[in-house]
Amino acid sequence: MFKYIFAILCVIGFGWMMWHLVQGFYIPDTMNEIADSYVSGSVNELKIPNTVTAVVVSYRGLDTLGEVTVLFLATAGVGFFLKRHRQTNAKRREGSEILKTGASFLAPMIMLFGIYVFTHGHLTPGGGFQGGVLIASATLLIILACPDCALPKHLIRILEGISGLGYVLIGILGLLILGKHSFLDPRIMDMGEWQKLFSGGAIPIIYSLIGLKVGSELSSVLGYLKGGGEES
Amino acid sequence: MIVLIIGLMLVLIGIMIMLSKKNMLRIIIGFSIVDTGIHLIIVAIGYIKNATAPIIDLGVKTTRDSSGLISVIDKVADPVPSALVLTSIVIGLAVTALMLSYAIRLYQKSGTLNIDDHEESKW
Repeated sequence: MFKYIFAILCVIGFGWMMWHLVQGFYIPDTMNEIADSYVSGSVNELKIPNTVTAVVVSYRGLDTLGEVTVLFLATAGVGFFLKRHRQTNAKRREGSEILKTGASFLAPMIMLFGIYVFTHGHLTPGGGFQGGVLIASATLLIILACPDCALPKHLIRILEGISGLGYVLIGILGLLILGKHSFLDPRIMDMGEWQKLFSGGAIPIIYSLIGLKVGSELSSVLGYLKGGGEES
Repeated sequence: MIVLIIGLMLVLIGIMIMLSKKNMLRIIIGFSIVDTGIHLIIVAIGYIKNATAPIIDLGVKTTRDSSGLISVIDKVADPVPSALVLTSIVIGLAVTALMLSYAIRLYQKSGTLNIDDHEESKW
């Protein structure tokens, strides 16, 4: 009983704290300076139509590198907790005929769509994270349809390592070519034409590497969760 | 405004769930609800009146001056909160997976998901 009163007090206190945010909130009419300079810089300097991609990959690229690291650590933690100690032969229900046929038809297409989304991340809504999650959803479909199939663990691990390494190497390449204060600068390559696939310097490459990394990491999380549910 | 209030309510509901439920899976669900509420709050902060998505496509009016500089005429939303939400969604997914795997491990060890049965980690 006392615990519930305490919980309600906590919620009321937090709500009172946040209420000031609601009271001071207004919808602005114009962009603030930072957003304005980000939009014009992404359009003019980097030649990228999708300004969110410009902020994620270029202006705040170091944050994205840190985020990918956090994702890697979380995946490593999941793998640590759910490591399978002994091979068990738990009976799993097979997927139905409709699910199997549908998965074998749809999974390659979903993967292809994921690749499309992350290679066009600088032109259209989308990008590495969304494309990676799409690839992981195709993996989930395969796991549901065929519970006994083993995921290609080595391929996933190698893909994850290579894409992470490539991401850091491109960042260091910026330091080497353009001098200091230019870690992860995409202007190490030719900027290309406005609204073409090969434009924006290194941004399509960086975002593709992020997409591969997120896709392989979430796929390996799904693989761990599939194997870890049974008694060890 | 309404998105902000909905996000705030989701955060409060999630905190209430996390503090009052005993089952670990429900606590994790409460965490996910807090996560969603915070995403809504951040997106609401980035909105600008009558603005479109910050993707400078053919649908957004632009002008090009003599030196080739493009200036955007239509209003577009602030891209920074969108980028932050993009980051935080993926982090939330990874953290939820980590918490679920921890719950699975505890269940395998002790056979219960009730938080009161794990007294050894109580202060």
